[in-house]
Amino acid sequence: MTRKTILAVALVTMASAPAFAEVDLSGSWQSINHEDALERGAGPNPDDWAGLPFNDSGRAKALSFSQSIISMPERTCWFQTQWHIAAGPFSLRMWAVPDPITGKVLAWMVGAWETRAPMTIWMDGRPHPSKNAPHDQTGFTTGVWNGNELIATTTHLKTGYIRRNGAASSDQATITTHFRRHGDLLTLTLIMDDPVYLTEPYILTRSYNLSTNPVAIGGPPCIVGDEGVESGRVPHYLPGKNPFLDEMTKRYGIPSDAAMGGAETMYPEYREKIKASFKRPEKCTINCG
Amino acid sequence: MKKLSLFVLAVLTAHGSAFAQARGRGGAPAPPQTAKAAAPIDLTGYWVSVVTEDWRYRMVTPAKGDYQGVPMTPEARKIADAWDPTKEEASGDLCKSYGAPSILRVPGRLHITWQDDQTLRVDTDAGKQTRTFHFGAWQPTAGAPHTIQGDSIAAWEGGGRGATDGTMKVTTTNLKAGFLRKNGVPYSENTTVTEYYELITMPDGTPLLVATISTSDPTYLRQPFVISSQFKKESSDAKWHPTECSATW
Repeated sequence: MTRKTILAVALVTMASAPAFAEVDLSGSWQSINHEDALERGAGPNPDDWAGLPFNDSGRAKALSFSQSIISMPERTCWFQTQWHIAAGPFSLRMWAVPDPITGKVLAWMVGAWETRAPMTIWMDGRPHPSKNAPHDQTGFTTGVWNGNELIATTTHLKTGYIRRNGAASSDQATITTHFRRHGDLLTLTLIMDDPVYLTEPYILTRSYNLSTNPVAIGGPPCIVGDEGVESGRVPHYLPGKNPFLDEMTKRYGIPSDAAMGGAETMYPEYREKIKASFKRPEKCTINCG
Repeated sequence: MKKLSLFVLAVLTAHGSAFAQARGRGGAPAPPQTAKAAAPIDLTGYWVSVVTEDWRYRMVTPAKGDYQGVPMTPEARKIADAWDPTKEEASGDLCKSYGAPSILRVPGRLHITWQDDQTLRVDTDAGKQTRTFHFGAWQPTAGAPHTIQGDSIAAWEGGGRGATDGTMKVTTTNLKAGFLRKNGVPYSENTTVTEYYELITMPDGTPLLVATISTSDPTYLRQPFVISSQFKKESSDAKWHPTECSATW
């Protein structure tokens, strides 16, 4: 047996063995927006923070939020961190970037949309930068495979939002994203840990269908424009002045305490607490689907 | 050359070893593993739902006509528009929103156990429902009546390479018609539910059960209704609180 033949036998044998972990995530993944349809589409109701594990600081910051703040040139592109994958309605385009020397996957990319920067998931084992390194909307993301599950960890984010009505994440937040493929169905589980504004991790799961319609690799960039907010003015509400506190009660009969969020609103026993005060409206009048 | 031959021998031996394990020593087929023994992940235990999504459709009963997100057919909309909570309550059929397509959306706790080596059992405290997931060659009885939880066939997918990367796929048919949401959004008895159950380890080490639920109904849905629910593991039954089905709460 020649040296070449021996090598060929070995290579064929190795190639026929089961692949060690990993699954191909590349392609266009169409977002399925059946859950949280309003929150991800038109946007959540103002002051609807039910199911958010706020601490007092998180709630206070959200209550001070005025949607007009994004008319400020310096804040127009402020909110879209990588959490926008969970909070927004958009589809995903994913592809692998090979190392030009070894051919191994250097990074997985999740394409950008509009104001969310692309997510580069570094797969080469590089460490996260120093905690004092600059933070931005993109953050810094590394990934590891757990069998067929890709786990991505994102740090170095600027302050962003976790719900598009002023619920904020801080620059100390970490997002862990689990990518799980089931044939043509992709499920993402996103976990936000934020010691500044949350008392518990905030968990969202999202689903996508593999699509032959190509999803754009990158959306148009966020462009700052003059929307007429005079220089130096920061739209906000002072404590006790937020005008939307009874919005969820008026629209859906949900007690305002529940709409203020907090970890207890995530768990089943909270239903007993609001059973007596909840008043179901006779008919849906707005955002009914 | 000697080193190369040793390398090839090692590769072939390792590869052959895998075959041997699959076929059994001496060439005799190994007895098939039971589903319980083959489980790549351990789903058993008590789990509590974490309601961070669709809150106002799950934690309270939404108003009549509030159907956001559900790809309903016009026929389904007509039926839902006729929903009358008082009549539902009076009918005595209170568990319509606790069927297989919707039970994992009901805030509550799951108790998952192995009923036997081939059957995984899921009990819920909300609505006191029981689902049984049958592995292997199990087939539903032909002509059997449709039920709230239907007949579920389960299979393991993947797993064995990562710590928690296996998936349980469950396909459920033979369902009695019911509601996807408590405010009368219907599903028919032609519905098929496909679910994927997986475990995730949260950064603090807490196990998280994630179920992706795809409901197909040629009668009342324009496309599969796909949602996902998550549950945190609990260490005991201390918060297990069985409650009856309700048509209005």
